[in-house]
Amino acid sequence: MNTIRQIAAVLLGIIFLATLFAGAFAPAPYAKQFRESPNASPSRMHLLGTDELGRDLFSRLLYGSRVSLLLAPAAALLATSIAALVGGLAGYAGGWLERIAMAGTDLSMSLPWLFLLLTVRAVLPLNVPPAASLLITFALLGLFGWAASARVICAGARSLRNSDFVLQAKACGCPSLRVLARHVLPNLRPALFAQLLISIPVFILTEANLGILGLGVSEPLPSWGGLLRGLENWGAVQANPWRLAPLLLLLIVVSCFQLILPREDFAA
Amino acid sequence: MRRLTLALIAASILLSGVLPAKSQSGGELHFVLRAEPKTFDPMLVDEEASETIRFLTGGVLIRVNRKTQALEPELAASWKVSQRGKKISFHLRDGLSFSDGTPFSAEDVAFTMRKLLDPNLHSPTGDSFRSSEGSVRVAAPSARDVIIEFPAPVAGLERLFDQVAIVSSRSPKKETAVLGPFTVAEYKSGAYVLLKRNPYYWKKDAHGQRLPYLDSIRLDIQQNRDLELLRFKRGEIQLINNLDASYFENLAKEEPAAVHDIGPSLDAEHMWFNQVPAAPIPDFKKKWFRSANFRLAVSEAISREDLCRVVFSGHARPAVGPVSPANLFWFNRSLQPHPHAPQEALRRLQQDGFRFDGHVLRDGEGHAVEFSIVTNAGNKSREQMAAMIQQDLEQIGIRLNIVTLDFPSLIERISRTFDYELCLLGFVNVDLDPNGQMNVWLSSSSNHQWNPEQKSPATPWEAEIDRLMQAQASTPDQNQRKRSFDQVQKIVWDQQPFIYLVNKNALAAISPALANTSPVVLRPQTFWNVESLYYSNQGRGVGQ
Repeated sequence: MNTIRQIAAVLLGIIFLATLFAGAFAPAPYAKQFRESPNASPSRMHLLGTDELGRDLFSRLLYGSRVSLLLAPAAALLATSIAALVGGLAGYAGGWLERIAMAGTDLSMSLPWLFLLLTVRAVLPLNVPPAASLLITFALLGLFGWAASARVICAGARSLRNSDFVLQAKACGCPSLRVLARHVLPNLRPALFAQLLISIPVFILTEANLGILGLGVSEPLPSWGGLLRGLENWGAVQANPWRLAPLLLLLIVVSCFQLILPREDFAA
Repeated sequence: MRRLTLALIAASILLSGVLPAKSQSGGELHFVLRAEPKTFDPMLVDEEASETIRFLTGGVLIRVNRKTQALEPELAASWKVSQRGKKISFHLRDGLSFSDGTPFSAEDVAFTMRKLLDPNLHSPTGDSFRSSEGSVRVAAPSARDVIIEFPAPVAGLERLFDQVAIVSSRSPKKETAVLGPFTVAEYKSGAYVLLKRNPYYWKKDAHGQRLPYLDSIRLDIQQNRDLELLRFKRGEIQLINNLDASYFENLAKEEPAAVHDIGPSLDAEHMWFNQVPAAPIPDFKKKWFRSANFRLAVSEAISREDLCRVVFSGHARPAVGPVSPANLFWFNRSLQPHPHAPQEALRRLQQDGFRFDGHVLRDGEGHAVEFSIVTNAGNKSREQMAAMIQQDLEQIGIRLNIVTLDFPSLIERISRTFDYELCLLGFVNVDLDPNGQMNVWLSSSSNHQWNPEQKSPATPWEAEIDRLMQAQASTPDQNQRKRSFDQVQKIVWDQQPFIYLVNKNALAAISPALANTSPVVLRPQTFWNVESLYYSNQGRGVGQ
């Protein structure tokens, strides 16, 4: 099991590094349209061929992966931090605070977030550069994606609230904040780490879904969501099977994230 | 005499190639309705699915021949427009019956017109006849004559009757008694509409065989276009109208004989700058957008040829203006699409005080030229066009931000808040007559998108368009109308309030099993001559 986790981690590391230094590997600028050769087959010049507008698919895949792989973890970190704050406090405090926080979490989970994301995107100013729109998209994902994690963290904090070592610390006169910071949060770390890792592929897929709806990262910036839109026309995919490369990479990355999850810690 | 005999033999050979033998008629045609028909009442039709049913079942006095675009007599043997378009007199064919056997007479036409023009009915078809206040007088002086008098001239009056399906005044079956080739036999909500042959249909072929040849038509209600294509490939349906370019290419590889590129359609893709004075955008941008030179420069910086070739796989033509070349009579043939000329675009911009430093274009006050283009999310071809326009404008130093919005949000911005800068959308044109575009060109109209509902025209050229549109609408003289509308097209070409990009080609798929097909640009592309369609012996459809 450990070996599989190590292989997954190494694979993820290689993909991260390749996308981080995309400029060094990309044969062409990701936005450049080679209009004379749209939908071109793989060649020396275009390793994965070109898309419908003649843009080099390999370059777009590298840059698109960078976008998704850097910003999805950032959004996951934001969501997990909010979840830790809400869930940790609610679980540790218990009583009416826990009831209110969990009611808020339930409400948040019951909302149709996809439509809310569309609405928020619609009311944003129009003259937003692609890079800013990218940041906004992932920030929204982070801000809206904390609820499920908060429930898990709350349950963990609740079980710790009545544990022997916490009771002993309280009996020794340890202030509540110190108990929370020194005894509860460190014991929640495995659950927080697991939630962080779970959220990353979830956000990657959500961005991909938004991209398929045409509402993700704006042109000409590539993202996995945008690249996956190339698969809409199955006839074109059958004719150009290398179009499946973004899907394959997405599957590898999501699988790797799932494989490196610290399951034992999480179960504990 | 010998020559005459030879000619008769030749004609019969020719006809035998076109007309089916008795054994070839029959069978069931299958195709798809992409939405549920909202009504079967021909007077209340306002969407495509119901219009399809009306076309297949309704009998009209005058029909626009979808191929020649000329008017042809149908239930009316002849007609005459008089009093400068205020009065129309019909002389009806004799001996016709509705699908239930009820005889057809002038009373039915009078009944239909009175009902259609009743303001309480709110008939979209009736609305197109209302040119001014006042009542319409309908009289049936004999069983075969009808006279209709309007309070004011109605431009293109005869053409409007192409949409008026005559209903019976006496039949107990009311609007289900029809005069068209088929009649509605069965309808299962969300599933299908089954049409059966009208046994009393009046048209006959050259052999004297009563039309239509087909026994029935089954219209499956199905929105998914991928499934539609799949079913066509399986032979479960025989017709597809309005194919997308990507589906067309896909099908062309497998069944080249089934696909038809009919040429430019009436539809256009276009974009426009927001010129609303109260729009919440900076004043310096409003100044850019109101400049004809600026709009022309943007227009000339765009490569329409590339849009056609790359986005539509060559199944589109660079657009000239509001009228497609497919509109044979009304298109102004003296105009050409604006050429791709970035240098000329820069020269125009310099005339307006803009400076290009090789990377960024700046206006006279030093503002970098940057604006956003909005279009509806999920429309792949528009998103691709926007990406190509983005690269084209970059060549002249303009930075374009692309924003895709869900349709309700987009409509909210372009018609209520006016919080947008440039919008890319399309026109779906179904009407050949310029009167159908009145609500776009009149400056007081809510569909005058770049600056709607003006109290008085904001610019002299808009005032001139108003005048010309009113002039063409108030005369029955087609040539005079054409001259006026040609001038409108020229002004729009010069001023570019709408920057027309491409006219998509009309693409269709027809099963080779069907004979006598002749797809056209106008709706309903593939089955406009439905009464003459039949299955050839070589490949009878699944419905046989």
